[in-house]
Amino acid sequence: MAGLCAGHCKKLVMEENGLVKSLRERFPDAILEVTALRDLKSEITIRVKKDSILDICACLKKEFKFNLLSDLCGVHYPDKDEKFEVVYHLFSIETKERVRLKAGLREGEKVKSVTSVWGTADWHEREAFDLLGIGFEDHPNLKRILLPDDWEGHPLRKDYPYRSKDAEPEKTP
Amino acid sequence: MEEKGFGTEELIVNMGPQHPSTHGVLRLLLTLDGEKVVDCEVIIGYLHRGVEKLAENRDYKQNIILTDRLDYLASMTNNLAYVQAVEKLMDVKVPERAEYIRVTVAELQRIASHLVWLGTHAMDIGAMTVFLYCFREREEILNLFEMLCGARLTYNYMRIGGVSCDLPDDFAGKAYKFVEKFPKLIDEYEVLLTKNRIWLDRTVGVGVISGEDGIDLGLSGPNIRGSGVEWDVRKAEPYSIYDRFNFQIPVGEKGDTYDRYLVRMEEMRQSNNIVKQALEQLPEGEIMAKVPRIIKPPKGEVYHSIEAPKGELGFYIVSDGTSTSPYRLKIRPPSFVNLESFKKMIKGHLVADVIAIIGTLDIVLGEVDR
Amino acid sequence: MEGIVRDVIIALIKIAIVLGGVALGVAYSTYLERKVAGWIQVRFGPMRVGPHGLLQPIADGLKLFIKEDIMPRQADKLIFYLSPVICLVPAFAVLAVIPWGPDFYITDLNIGLLYIFAVASLGIFGIVMAGWASNSKYPMLGGLRSAAQMVSYEVSLGLSVIGALIFAESLSMVGIVEKQMTTGVWFVFLQPVGFVIYFICGLAETNRLPFDLPEAEQELVAGFHTEYSAMKFAFFFLAEYTNMIVVSSIATTVFLGGWGSPFAFLGIEFPRSLGIVKSVLDFGMPIFWFLLKVFLLMFFMIWVRWTFPRYRYDQLMNIGWKVLLPFAILNIIFSGLEFTLYEELDWYLFYPLAWLIMGVMVVFGFRLIKNFDQFSYSKMREEGIE
Repeated sequence: MAGLCAGHCKKLVMEENGLVKSLRERFPDAILEVTALRDLKSEITIRVKKDSILDICACLKKEFKFNLLSDLCGVHYPDKDEKFEVVYHLFSIETKERVRLKAGLREGEKVKSVTSVWGTADWHEREAFDLLGIGFEDHPNLKRILLPDDWEGHPLRKDYPYRSKDAEPEKTP
Repeated sequence: MEEKGFGTEELIVNMGPQHPSTHGVLRLLLTLDGEKVVDCEVIIGYLHRGVEKLAENRDYKQNIILTDRLDYLASMTNNLAYVQAVEKLMDVKVPERAEYIRVTVAELQRIASHLVWLGTHAMDIGAMTVFLYCFREREEILNLFEMLCGARLTYNYMRIGGVSCDLPDDFAGKAYKFVEKFPKLIDEYEVLLTKNRIWLDRTVGVGVISGEDGIDLGLSGPNIRGSGVEWDVRKAEPYSIYDRFNFQIPVGEKGDTYDRYLVRMEEMRQSNNIVKQALEQLPEGEIMAKVPRIIKPPKGEVYHSIEAPKGELGFYIVSDGTSTSPYRLKIRPPSFVNLESFKKMIKGHLVADVIAIIGTLDIVLGEVDR
Repeated sequence: MEGIVRDVIIALIKIAIVLGGVALGVAYSTYLERKVAGWIQVRFGPMRVGPHGLLQPIADGLKLFIKEDIMPRQADKLIFYLSPVICLVPAFAVLAVIPWGPDFYITDLNIGLLYIFAVASLGIFGIVMAGWASNSKYPMLGGLRSAAQMVSYEVSLGLSVIGALIFAESLSMVGIVEKQMTTGVWFVFLQPVGFVIYFICGLAETNRLPFDLPEAEQELVAGFHTEYSAMKFAFFFLAEYTNMIVVSSIATTVFLGGWGSPFAFLGIEFPRSLGIVKSVLDFGMPIFWFLLKVFLLMFFMIWVRWTFPRYRYDQLMNIGWKVLLPFAILNIIFSGLEFTLYEELDWYLFYPLAWLIMGVMVVFGFRLIKNFDQFSYSKMREEGIE
């Protein structure tokens, strides 16, 4: 019973939401899927096409006042077709709303950098590049940030060994 | 560049990773023209331990101790952010008493963290005595925490669904005593600094950042409030039971080092106030909600952020619904993001301002590098 | 011939006493510094070596003596060795003319004060050379800072005592004190502005907070002596504390009546009946008063150090050139006027008038230096002028 209600509420949150509606109107093709955690208004996830991420972000910042990029990170799904997901957490200091954007990427694909929209994306994108190997187009300074420049591999990928004994023995030159 | 008479060249100074006032292992590559900073590159990662990778291979409960070691000066708030994120994902209702205890310790932790900031910031600028005064009071808070959970730095106190143990009998009394006398001690620090001519000369107009630029660069916490943006997660999205307390958010005007200093000083007073209210209202009851022994949240993802002493501390957790460890745990550390605006703040300042600005940003490298 | 030998032997004994005394005094002023710091900062300070840590300075000295002496490979060896010596020698050389008591000084030069300023300013070479010879970036910045700082503050330091010299009508250190004894008034009451300027410049000359930029621990990681260790480091340390003693001694001599007792106006003398005790007291009491004044000034310096933050480099220069120098010059003009009045008027007319004129001068001075603000670095940065 509770589950039913939750499901209903969830649907309400997703469909009745003004933001989602207007975004659907503005970008009819780019929005792929909208999900939410239970009935939480702050946990709406909008999955978008990766090519239009920059336009959507610019629009969200300009017209919906999402002036703060709280977080940007990547997730690795080795079993899926789109192996990488870039997740953007946006927050509006004026309206106190939160929204999560997601863009899927295939192996080797790149996504447009949002550094032109939010300056803070600079280091976040460098981190995603460093730890997951996600490429960002038009990033001003895309290089490793946490790991040394000559590090091999991207630790947060699921196939990267967790323990040192699982790793390949180091080659001595 | 055209050369007239003697040729001049810029001096490249490597500040850190071992340097007394980079607050850890931060490394700055400064390009100096005389004493003026022309360019600066921030190099981090010397303390990278791969917390996010570790978290993917440990279960939800075990990850609490990893969060202790992020911002090691404010372990309680790190615990809080993490357990609340998991609770949000699992839809757990935490008992009243546990919520009050959490708020009490989180605000005490904020005071302790700000005390370390004040002490080190003042010491960087040369006022060494303030440092020892601050640590005197921090010691008392640490003693309280030691009573509570036996640890003085990495507490591992919060649990998913509540807190690990109830308050000892004399905790409330001792904490209340501290809270009563603390405002007077803040006045003592202020006597040494607030109206001090040298302190004013060193902080007013140094490291100015406008509210707009601050938001663009993701600044949060006292740093953005110093620039006049009234945004505090405790008020904007009241988590836990913060909507029940009466407190103000201090904001600055100009966004310089001095305003940020004033904001943090006032914040200590407000936190003190919250602790006082929480101790007065502390209800009896359970300290743990009924949570399963093995934590296995449903499939889904959650982002939860709280107002840590340094700014917005967020946890993004992806659960695949089948595993007892998170599929992906992303930490949004306030220090990491705040440090990004260092480059903008330092341009055109002098070498001595570098340390003033590092101090005012209040970074902890354990959190920056994770 | 015998006379010369006797003079030389007496001089050597005096030198030995003064150097030994000052060296011990320096050692214990580090102890004083740490104890006062502990007192200010609600802690104990050294407590382990000897009762209340009294033997700590000796242990420290011993430690520095037997420590490994490290020489950076790229350093300029000769200059690297020489600079601590160059730093220390002038500091000790100055002690030659400081009158500890009416009958206790190594020598009384008729140009004593001039000699002090001339010799003391040589110490700066040691610091600059140390900064340069280390062949490292932080020491170099520290050395350059100190060169600029000392040159700037030396000017005001020299000018600030001229007022007192007008009244003393002598450059001899003994002469200055004796003048204060005979007129019965310490020059600090005639020259308060001069005293304040002198003391501030003295803080800067000894590289102490709030002016310790050459060795700012937090920004330049100890500045010019970063690369020094063991005895060479100890030399710098010794020189710094000796300079503190010297600066306090000069202030005592020129402004605070030297060995004169603060109760001299009561006219009390030790009775003749005490016999030998009287001669010991007559010899010892002036030295006691002198050392007490020096101690109080040094205590004040330590107090300042543990209370104030540090100035920034451009602010330091501003204060040196735009505040202290104008005031020092104004003070000279004022002193000339004051001296004329001093000769003409009775004391009950002179003091109110002199202090009134001085008040006007200070107010005028502050109005004057406000005009210099527009040239300050922070102002220029605000307006975007490079």
